[in-house]
Amino acid sequence: MSYAEFLVEHAPRFADGVVVTAQQAVLAAVLATAIALVAGLLRLAPVAPLRWLAGTYVELLRGTSLLVQLYWIFFVLPLLGVSLDKFTAGYVAVGMNLGAYGAELVRGAVLAVPRGQWEAALALNLSPTRRMVRIILPQAVAIGLPAWGNLMIELLKGTALVSLIAVADLMFVAKQINGSTFLSAQAFGTALVLYYVMARFVLTPAIRMLERTLARRMGRVA
Amino acid sequence: MDTDARPDMPMVRFDQVTKRYGDLVVLDRLDLEVAAGETVTIIGPSGSGKTTVLRTLMTLEPVDGGVIHVDGEPLTHMERGGRLVPADRRHLRRMRGKIGMCFQQFNLFPHMTALENCMEGPVHVLGMSRAEARARAEELLEKVGMADKRDEIPARLSGGQQQRVAIARALAMRPRVMLFDEVTSALDPEVIGEVTRVIRALVNEHQLTMLMVTHQIGFAREISDRICFFDGGRIEEQGPPAELLDNPRKPRTRQFLSAVLDAH
Amino acid sequence: MIDWRWDFTLEILPRLAIATGQTLLAALLGYAIALVLGLLLAVARRTPWRAANAAIRELVEMVRSTPLVLQVFFVFYVGPQFGIRLSPWTAGMIAIGVHYASYLAEVYRGAIDSVPKGQWEAAKSLNIGPWRTWTGIVLPQAVSPAVPGLGNYAVGILKDTPILSVIGVAELMHTANAIGAESYRYLEPFTLVGLIFLLLSLPAAAAARFIERRVRARLGVIS
Repeated sequence: MSYAEFLVEHAPRFADGVVVTAQQAVLAAVLATAIALVAGLLRLAPVAPLRWLAGTYVELLRGTSLLVQLYWIFFVLPLLGVSLDKFTAGYVAVGMNLGAYGAELVRGAVLAVPRGQWEAALALNLSPTRRMVRIILPQAVAIGLPAWGNLMIELLKGTALVSLIAVADLMFVAKQINGSTFLSAQAFGTALVLYYVMARFVLTPAIRMLERTLARRMGRVA
Repeated sequence: MDTDARPDMPMVRFDQVTKRYGDLVVLDRLDLEVAAGETVTIIGPSGSGKTTVLRTLMTLEPVDGGVIHVDGEPLTHMERGGRLVPADRRHLRRMRGKIGMCFQQFNLFPHMTALENCMEGPVHVLGMSRAEARARAEELLEKVGMADKRDEIPARLSGGQQQRVAIARALAMRPRVMLFDEVTSALDPEVIGEVTRVIRALVNEHQLTMLMVTHQIGFAREISDRICFFDGGRIEEQGPPAELLDNPRKPRTRQFLSAVLDAH
Repeated sequence: MIDWRWDFTLEILPRLAIATGQTLLAALLGYAIALVLGLLLAVARRTPWRAANAAIRELVEMVRSTPLVLQVFFVFYVGPQFGIRLSPWTAGMIAIGVHYASYLAEVYRGAIDSVPKGQWEAAKSLNIGPWRTWTGIVLPQAVSPAVPGLGNYAVGILKDTPILSVIGVAELMHTANAIGAESYRYLEPFTLVGLIFLLLSLPAAAAARFIERRVRARLGVIS
């Protein structure tokens, strides 16, 4: 069959796969962002045990492989009493792993906010919480956004691993179609193109737009 | 314990204050008094400790020795049973609220408009309602001549404009003491005038206690009640402008002044 | 709740040790391929021929932006479709080598771009030929800025080797899975694998930082 015929026949299943991938990606992204903010800020806390706690989490998750973590969460955690269904295990693993990388990003961005801003906020007698929330974090977000965009692409790629615990995402669909038709180039090639489209033509423009909006809001950000 | 300024009690008093950066002694057992409503300018060579005086007063840096008093109370210490102990957070915040500061680099919040910059403190620290804070902010922006730019973000303002907004922002907190740390040093010469005009008006209208570090000797002469010449972490000489600038007694003072005036 | 069996742990350690060797070998080989291929890509990118330039850029982007696991499957299965049978190792090395070559190409590109334009112009004015300009003048200056990126991805490739398990490469993850399937005990093998990776990657990351510092000291920081 020609490629066009192949596409027509399998388009619905690819579409289903894309939807599941998108779901995994969004859920993982939300989790990763939350973890990154908490862990990143904890790494800057004046209380040493909190810094140590966050630091350990970051080193642990960054020092081991996402696939290993995924398998561990899905196969081993139930033995310790925590049983997650495969869909949840999928995005939790991806979110926790990329949240660790994100924590370093948050820490770097907060440290990159000019010192004068901290001092001006102190001179106005703003409380430390207000200072962080209203003055420092908004500027840190603008600074860290490009790197966070790259992280989101890594996250999207990471979701492909959930296919290995049988979550029916795009990767899984491609494998199934390959298994039933043996048209490997078509099956995996289409999946490659779809992932590429998601990363380059959906995710990247969205991040660019966010960057532009923030830049407009704040004038030029050094 | 908030005392109203009594004429005989200095608003600001540095009592044998020492500040070190590593091995470098930046403030060397400094004694300095500023009376309520007085305008004092600090001049001196770079590295003499001038800016550190303001920064320690604004609690941006801790002191290593001595005590700073503001409005009759110690700043970074508290009295407990007749002894001085390091201040707790509440005391620090209460005392810090009496002092306002304007910086050489303006340090306006880039993601807020001029108006929002001026409202931030009143709303979130003084607990004013947004309407009250807005009214106050607009009044102050009017006063510094920036009313028509109230909805602009700092990136769209010139240096002189930003500094004027920064002054309004600090005033919105109703401080007893205003600190100006080389507020014109980062400005192009032609806009220095807009900022000095605003500060001059403050001296006349507000009865604020003002402490200024500047290189603008002429301006200092005009508005100061007293000028202090700083050198090596101590006050080398101080006095009314006419006295200090026209008849300096110490050789270091004379040396500095002739070098500065030569440059103009 | 936690039913850890130390006797079982000791039993499986030898197999895991061998698998660790395979993991390290895979990482090393893959990285070596990526180092060379990435450099070729980076140099090729600078060709003034616009069509080739754009084609390489898009290809590199595509490899960088799509999952490694998908590329591994692609390489492994597409071969047989056209009559070429690749062993898991060969397919795995090709896939991971090409994938990381695309990352390293970007690192090289940034490092080469950071060499001041004046260096090229000086070489030209001295009539030094293109090969010598590259090898004797530009690339040596590009090494120092490239080291941090190269170090990061070296550690990264080590952590990506488990993906090769999906096509049967007998590295750590594959072995742990096999042990689990045989003995129905997943707790010990999977936890040990995690620990082994930690023990491998943390020193690797520290070594990378150490090398970075040494290179900076010896070759100077070029800003």
